[in-house]
Amino acid sequence: MSERLMSEHSLLEITGLRVGFDTEEGRVQAVRDVSLRLERGEILALCGESGCGKSVTAMSIPRLLPPETTRLSGSIRLDGRELTDLPESALRAIRGKDVSMVFQEPMTSLNPSFTVGFQIAEVLRRHEGMSRTAARSRAVELLELVGIPAPARRVREYPHQLSGGMRQRVMIAIAVACSPRVLIADEPTTALDVTIQAGVLDVFRDLRDRLGTAIILITHDLGVVADVADRAVVMYAGRAVEEASVTELYARPRHPYTAGLMRALPSAAVTGEDGRRRLTEIPGLVPPPFEDPDECAFHPRCPRAREDCTATRPALEAFGTGHRAACFHPLSTAAGGDA
Amino acid sequence: MADQTLSAPLPALAGATPGRARQVWRRFRRRPAAVAGLALVAGFLALAVIGPLVTADPAAQDYSAPLAPPSGGHLLGTDDLGRDLLARIAYGARVSLEAGVLSVLLAMVVGVPIGLVAGYYRRFLDPVVMRLVDVVLAFPFLIFAVGMAAILGPSLRNVIIALGVSQLPGIIRVTRGEVLTLRELDYVAAAVADGAGDGRIMFRYVLPGATSTLIVQATVGIPTAIIGEATLSFLGLGVQPPTPSWGVVLTDAQQFLDQAPWLAIWPGVMIALSTLGFNLLGDGLRDALDPRSVR
Amino acid sequence: MNAPVLEVKDLVKHYPIRRGGRSVRAVDGVSLSVGPGEVLGLVGESGSGKSTIGRCVLRLTEPTAGSVSLGGRDVTHLSRRALRPLRRDVHMVFQDPYSSLNPRFTVGQIVAEPLRRHGVARGAEAETRVREMLERVGLSADMRTRRPHELSGGQRQRVGLARALVLEPKLVVADEPVSALDVSVQASVLNLIADLQRDMGFSCLFITHDLSVVEFLADRIAVMYLGRIVETGPTEKIFAEPQHPYTQALLSAAPEPDPVRQRERRRVVLGGEVPSPLDPPTGCRFHTRCPIAVDTCRTDEPRLTGVREADRPVACHLVTPSAVPDLTEGN
Repeated sequence: MSERLMSEHSLLEITGLRVGFDTEEGRVQAVRDVSLRLERGEILALCGESGCGKSVTAMSIPRLLPPETTRLSGSIRLDGRELTDLPESALRAIRGKDVSMVFQEPMTSLNPSFTVGFQIAEVLRRHEGMSRTAARSRAVELLELVGIPAPARRVREYPHQLSGGMRQRVMIAIAVACSPRVLIADEPTTALDVTIQAGVLDVFRDLRDRLGTAIILITHDLGVVADVADRAVVMYAGRAVEEASVTELYARPRHPYTAGLMRALPSAAVTGEDGRRRLTEIPGLVPPPFEDPDECAFHPRCPRAREDCTATRPALEAFGTGHRAACFHPLSTAAGGDA
Repeated sequence: MADQTLSAPLPALAGATPGRARQVWRRFRRRPAAVAGLALVAGFLALAVIGPLVTADPAAQDYSAPLAPPSGGHLLGTDDLGRDLLARIAYGARVSLEAGVLSVLLAMVVGVPIGLVAGYYRRFLDPVVMRLVDVVLAFPFLIFAVGMAAILGPSLRNVIIALGVSQLPGIIRVTRGEVLTLRELDYVAAAVADGAGDGRIMFRYVLPGATSTLIVQATVGIPTAIIGEATLSFLGLGVQPPTPSWGVVLTDAQQFLDQAPWLAIWPGVMIALSTLGFNLLGDGLRDALDPRSVR
Repeated sequence: MNAPVLEVKDLVKHYPIRRGGRSVRAVDGVSLSVGPGEVLGLVGESGSGKSTIGRCVLRLTEPTAGSVSLGGRDVTHLSRRALRPLRRDVHMVFQDPYSSLNPRFTVGQIVAEPLRRHGVARGAEAETRVREMLERVGLSADMRTRRPHELSGGQRQRVGLARALVLEPKLVVADEPVSALDVSVQASVLNLIADLQRDMGFSCLFITHDLSVVEFLADRIAVMYLGRIVETGPTEKIFAEPQHPYTQALLSAAPEPDPVRQRERRRVVLGGEVPSPLDPPTGCRFHTRCPIAVDTCRTDEPRLTGVREADRPVACHLVTPSAVPDLTEGN
């Protein structure tokens, strides 16, 4: 699915995206030159640690960023149509219809004063011009689609009557109400318990399989990526440092940061020569978001860094089909090779 | 509990590190309304402190010019007894400042400990204190102050007491609200788990966290008290003539609204500007001290 | 065998709610013990009551019933004053690196507080101890003059550890100490906790929702569901062969960071929702979500006993000396 003719454009193409925020401490450059593509019917994971720019990248697509302080440049094309120079009114028609979002916090994303059914129907009436009754019955179908038991009863309930997992399913139902082409899910299961998470991830898989919805899944959890994503982009300090199909990425991570993240997981503990079980740390801290020297941003923390890493910034280079990494000294093919 | 509080090394009690103070000032400076408020307050303070030293004697009567319009000799004109309005307003600023600052100080000194203890010993003291507060808050601020002043008798000292007591419930409520939030924080739990005494927890862990809010509360309490003082004096329940308070000046001006409108305009403008100044300053401080951006 | 450092017996904590005279049954009869130098991982999802147990151990919350003993001494009903000297030996590490440090104190003051409070060291001696402790948790001694807001999340969590360990306690209660941290930072803090625990030899009640963390750190695990322990035992045994259906579901729900294996795994997706702790189900509390529940489960409450092995009690009617249920096989 990721192999398409170059001439045919992807569903979503982001090119040279840069997003900065003016703060009292100066300009924070959250996203620095990110380019990525989302194909039809694909689940693309944007992963990385807090502050890497994954959420900001995704939020720039429907431009859900404070306009007064945001400095955005680059190109975002949805089905060939440029979004960055659209006026606010045109974007409003796209939000919730072509591009919709699911957020992390299911507790605060729903309006407590209205029934679940009303809130779903509201979206349908606004974007699709449906009648009240038609929207109502569609709401029941949508709740069923996201795996909510007894949907006909649930539509009449208020958010406070639902558990966290159920609320998140309702949020997804609202997001897919108008059959969006792109669904952006920002840490959708982070606030949920694992036994609930599994079910919600199944909903995303199901939406992709049944409706062909393309999904951008923003997450810090490599387990979640492994579970549902087709392809993943790993971000660090505002840049994409590696991208590949998920199986390829986990089997043969090339960028030392990707490999480091995988080895830092508690499940990847190794037994040292002293018999103690240890995790592989990534030493040091993420660089401050204010400056951006022409060098590899990861080099101070990188076990493979050499002199040339500070000479100039490595660009994304291809390592086989669909696999790209931005590193002068990438890991060899054996997973976790030498560190 | 007292011994623990006193024997503790206290260098950090002031709370704001130089770094933090600078940060707050930087944020404050960027808000034009806040800076305007600060300028107004500074002007008001200058008028109250320096004004009476450089203007004429507010009680001196210029028999040659009763109800004189603004002129070179009397910049803001004179009243019916030929007293210089500028001098009276400058002196009145001093009275307003005293009433505003001292009454808020009184309310803070009494109210903050009550709110702190009520919020901290929630189970035992809180219900009693809060019901009392609710009873007082059921009366509008000015009505309560007027009642208090009527009982105490007219004088500046009694005005300060009346206004201070009237502000008390608000201060108690704000302090208690802050304490209720702060006592649930993990660092307070850590101190409890470590065996810290109640006094130390209240004064070293809980109260410093509430300072920002209390500074703002005090700043916006001052204009309320200024208006309160002017109102009480206007009604004859506060500062007594011939002492010139803005309220007293306004009372006098009432009879001459037709002939000498400036007599009413200037004290009115002063009350409005000083109130506006303190309110803008308070809002600016609230934004600049916002703990969410300090973290 | 040595006396346990911490022993909790039949602990109950109910939070009364205003209306209706009902109460939230956060913890409903939990017994556990932590031996000298042992790390017990207390695992459960939100609402299981795991954090409440930690707070009861430190008497941050007063238990409704049951007892808490530290080093063989029952502390459940000690007055705050009588408890104070015992607090030297028990400390806590919190989840939120932002709210767990007093923003008005310097790092040095934060770490020195326990020394001062328990009269262990003052002045120059306290300063030396603070320097040593900071270096031990991997921070430079120069950090003493900084304030929490100048530090990163990982650094703050190290300060929290330094504060908890500066008195060389016998027991540390750690409530989700790495859950708010990024993976790369989490790894270094977990290594640090493991190293310090081995070097200093303290016992630890490690409360978490994250199975992979306890697998790395804990000697023994206790799994909680809705205010009760459903299964407990040595870490390797629980991970190798979980016996309680809930433990099995929990283990299978946590996604493995390996797409090939993750997608081949048989997962147990639990139906239904976690019941309200206001009104927990009769019989086995898990029966409303358990795919293999039988009639007995709905009426009789299973006891936590060592059905198959003495060192790993499990509370399930379906675990018998001859059979263990397996949810991951076709059902």
